[in-house]
Amino acid sequence: MTINPTEPYVHELGITQSIVDIAEQTASEQNAQKVLSVTVEIGDLSGVIADAVEFCFEACIQGTRLADSKLVIKRIPGHARCNDCGTEMEIDNMTFSCSTCGSYSLQRTRGEELNIKEVEIE
Amino acid sequence: MCIDCGCAQPHDHNHDHDHGHHDDAKTISIEQNLLAKNDMLAAANRERFSEANMLVLNLVSSPGSGKTTLLEKTLSDLKGEFSFAVLEGDQQTANDADRIAATGAPVHQINTGAGCHLDAHMVGHGVEHFDLGQTDILMIENVGNLVCPASFDLGEDLKVAVLSTTEGEDKPAKYPHMFRAAEVMIINKTDLLPHLDFDIEKCRRYALAVNPDLTIFELSCRSGEGLDAWYAWLAKQVGTKKKVI
Repeated sequence: MTINPTEPYVHELGITQSIVDIAEQTASEQNAQKVLSVTVEIGDLSGVIADAVEFCFEACIQGTRLADSKLVIKRIPGHARCNDCGTEMEIDNMTFSCSTCGSYSLQRTRGEELNIKEVEIE
Repeated sequence: MCIDCGCAQPHDHNHDHDHGHHDDAKTISIEQNLLAKNDMLAAANRERFSEANMLVLNLVSSPGSGKTTLLEKTLSDLKGEFSFAVLEGDQQTANDADRIAATGAPVHQINTGAGCHLDAHMVGHGVEHFDLGQTDILMIENVGNLVCPASFDLGEDLKVAVLSTTEGEDKPAKYPHMFRAAEVMIINKTDLLPHLDFDIEKCRRYALAVNPDLTIFELSCRSGEGLDAWYAWLAKQVGTKKKVI
């Protein structure tokens, strides 16, 4: 009565494995032997810790075309717009209310990104 | 074997292609969300669940909040009204599945090993053990963890976050991701309130600050207090599903 996932992972390790898989697939499609760098966007509100991704990356790239590659992480600060007064503000994960009017109705506009942007191959 | 995820051939890379010399480095733009694969599988799950007109709840909490007890109680009390199926996620043991099985409901245990959350792939295969057409409510009990399960869509209709009075009332503020991702919050173990410093009003305030749209239930699985409101809500949600037919 048990399913064993194909690989054990923690949160950031799974995310990092996706980065490596996508980069490997792209390199394969382009007939490239090496991946020189991978650029990812990680928003500060995404719940994913950039440092942990960096740490996992070293482990995940062993034996792949990414073995000597560099991971470039672009951090995106959190932004929100107040639905009541329209104020745009920078927020972190612990910001719940509008800095101008105090309303709790904040619409997150940036900072939840979790994307792979580009790979540099040769 | 698996149409959606192709998991019968994990990491089956074909290395037969032409490895000619490429002197020039080039940059390929990708623009892909890192959770895209999970999201795609979750969407496939959601479609299957919707075809079966089944209500699917993803129960999340820290370990020990009483998710399994809440399920035991709910399944026993509503046995005559709805047919349930339960997916149990834990790192190890089938203890929770054994407890659920004792209520008579079909249950399947998923052990994630080192994994800290369930993902859409595990759930997609997990439900193969059930007759979805005969199920009104699928309960997915996630791994006890208030962090990672927030990011992984399983294809559920709603996330239900369970919090107990033996935890701090500021949990919603400490783990805002989870309480923002959830539509429902259950404050469990209210029978213990006289013995604790837990400030239930403060807890509600924190939770609603993080997520103003939260539906909140206060209940005790031990004394039964507050369970009626939870059951009425469940019945209403199942009704919404059946109306879609």
